[in-house]
Amino acid sequence: MLPRFYDVTEGEILIDGIDIRNWPLKKLRDMIGFVPQKGILFSGTIESNLKYGDRGASDEEVEEAARTAQAEEFISSRPEGFQTEISQGGQNVSGGQKQRLSIARALVKKASVNVFDDSFSALDFKTDAKLRAALKEKTKDSATILVAQRISTIMNADQIIVLDQGRIAGKGPHRELMKTCEVYREIALSQLSEEELK
Amino acid sequence: MSEKKSSGMPMGRGGGLGQKTEKAKNFKGTMLHLATYLKPYKISVIIVLLFACCSSVFSIAGPKILGKATTKLYEGLIAWAMGTGLLTDFRYIRNRLLLLVVLYVVSALFSYLQSYIMSGVSMKITYELRKNISEKMNRLPLNYYDTRTHGEILSRITNDVDTVNQTLNQSLTQMITSVTTLIGIVVMMLSISIRMTLVAVLVLFVSMGLIVTVVKKSQKFFAQQQKSLGNLNGHIEEIYAGHHVVQIFNGEKEAIEKFRLINDKLFGSAWKSQFLSGMMMPIMSFVSNLGFVCVCLLGGYLTVKKVIEIGDVQAFIQYMRSFMQPISQIANVSNTLQSTAAAAERVFEFLAEEDEIRETESPVVLNQVHGNVEFKNVCFGYQPDTTIINHFSSQIDAGQTVAIVGPTGAGKTTVVKLLMRFYELNSGQILIDGHDSLTFTRRDLRSMFGMVLQETWLYNATVMDNIRYGNFDKSDEEVISAAKAAHCDEFIRTLPGGYHMVINEESSNLSQGQKQLLTIARTILADPKILILDEATSSIDTRTEVFIQKAMDKLMKNRTSFVIAHRLSTIRDADMILVMKDGDIIEQGNHETLLEKRGFYSDLYHSQFAEQS
Repeated sequence: MLPRFYDVTEGEILIDGIDIRNWPLKKLRDMIGFVPQKGILFSGTIESNLKYGDRGASDEEVEEAARTAQAEEFISSRPEGFQTEISQGGQNVSGGQKQRLSIARALVKKASVNVFDDSFSALDFKTDAKLRAALKEKTKDSATILVAQRISTIMNADQIIVLDQGRIAGKGPHRELMKTCEVYREIALSQLSEEELK
Repeated sequence: MSEKKSSGMPMGRGGGLGQKTEKAKNFKGTMLHLATYLKPYKISVIIVLLFACCSSVFSIAGPKILGKATTKLYEGLIAWAMGTGLLTDFRYIRNRLLLLVVLYVVSALFSYLQSYIMSGVSMKITYELRKNISEKMNRLPLNYYDTRTHGEILSRITNDVDTVNQTLNQSLTQMITSVTTLIGIVVMMLSISIRMTLVAVLVLFVSMGLIVTVVKKSQKFFAQQQKSLGNLNGHIEEIYAGHHVVQIFNGEKEAIEKFRLINDKLFGSAWKSQFLSGMMMPIMSFVSNLGFVCVCLLGGYLTVKKVIEIGDVQAFIQYMRSFMQPISQIANVSNTLQSTAAAAERVFEFLAEEDEIRETESPVVLNQVHGNVEFKNVCFGYQPDTTIINHFSSQIDAGQTVAIVGPTGAGKTTVVKLLMRFYELNSGQILIDGHDSLTFTRRDLRSMFGMVLQETWLYNATVMDNIRYGNFDKSDEEVISAAKAAHCDEFIRTLPGGYHMVINEESSNLSQGQKQLLTIARTILADPKILILDEATSSIDTRTEVFIQKAMDKLMKNRTSFVIAHRLSTIRDADMILVMKDGDIIEQGNHETLLEKRGFYSDLYHSQFAEQS
């Protein structure tokens, strides 16, 4: 709903105090960095895909975004580096690499609101942790919205919204939710043990 | 592929001339191989060929007889005009026409009979090919399927067999009739007039030369057209699939611009190719009409000279009209034969693939399986020259839980595949209750295992039948109690039709979690001694996930379990942890000993809570 693929039925969503329906669509979408659940890439090169985030981005900016997204290592392991061809639908890179590239693409945009829609699911825990640490650093000044299944991914968020069958089941930081929200505790305990959750 | 490409080129008569066809590597060998399939039907095939010849010979005789009738009519007309003799000899004409009718009927009869017999034969052969393929598929090692795309294998079974079938059914007899017709027509034409035949052949060569020039020109544009079309489709597909991404990055304008560029290119090449191929028909008919005029002039001159009769001219023109058809048919058929050879070759290649290692002659049968598993010096690689698991040994006692952990792509499922003997070891042994797994039949071996994987497999039948797939001997009550144990019963009862709801082909009428619960129920029912579980529960809602975990825990009790673990609690409680990296098992032990080691596992463990420590 945030990038207005759909409009709200009732109520309003505000960015910087202004209803998103009052922002020009192009401007609104320029403000949002969006990483979809499935890493979707276009045919071209790695560079052209990353610059899709911002056509005017410099090579340094692109490299920095790739570094933050933990994608630099595998990019430089390819003989052509950033000029590596991406085939249609990104079939020649793995799921995790696709996710990292689409994260990097959103970072190139330097948006003021970043939306990550379950964008870490194909990453192993180690990369996931590294990426989040780097992200935290880089996106200090922008709002970040994370959609996730893994508790460890979102544990450190300022605010967690728990959704159950379309309804909001709980809202608040991790510690509070552990006490107040049954659904959240259930999910959390199913993934991690008591002491890890503290 | 190339068949698809060429089908997009409308080329009018004589179409086969410029098309590119897939070539078989060994045309002769494949055709001989295919001929061995025809052998049991030798007699039928000979009859078919004979009938095909007869059919075309009879139909060739037609125009000549008709010509005789025309001559008679003409003579009568002349005689009447001159005032001498009676009117035309209608009796003669009637007999001629009757003969003609009989000839055509017989010809049609022969052609009907031959195609009737031939379709029977070709269907039987195709049936046999399909049967061979399907038997072969069950004998092939899994490695074969891993190294090929599904599409490729599917296309061998469906398209390639179909192509062979079609050729046997039509092209073979078409070839025979075309050749006989061509020879027959030439003979007939020569018998009428050598000079006129020369003219006809000349016309043929001129028009063939024109076609080749035009086709050569247009081929280039057709290739361009196909390429642009491919690009266009690719672009549309890509943008459509990623349209959220396009929107969020404000890429609409760019996408439209790119579309316009490709579309312009497509337009350019498409109209040129269409124009050129559209010109072909007019050119051809112009040339052949010119030919008719020449033949008529010459014929008229010869008739006046009394070298030939007026009916012969009429017959000749008829022959000339049907002259082109067998030639283009032969061109077409020889193309089809090429692609058939390629198709048949692929089918035979498939049939000639190496089978799985044969079952042992004297299999061990265990009355009671305990579930002790031992790996002894196991080496394995998907390619024989690159081993990924090197000298792995481990002893697992009955009832223990083994957690397999490692980063994505570390090859966790490899261990599972080896246990089930989907792949054979390069060296070493896997022992179950002290017996080498090679000494069991695959069937017995696999019945000791139960698998619950992330990817569920359900088939198009009722819920009840799907659970019963674990063990077909079980009663409905037992199925239901297994479903209860797997926490399925509750949601099954809410389904329309309950246990008798039919799961559709894509099993899209169940959620991912429900499907997984069903496979757990199936495994509970099968009651195997050794379990293989994949804990990954992505894209499953949390409530169901809890159910799945409860059901899995229940399942694991008193069974030796290999768990591809994602939950830390499972990993910590496991009796043995196998840590995998880059395909190999690099560490083993329980949680505490592995942490003390400060190796890859402890890295992996700590990285998850990097921020906290």
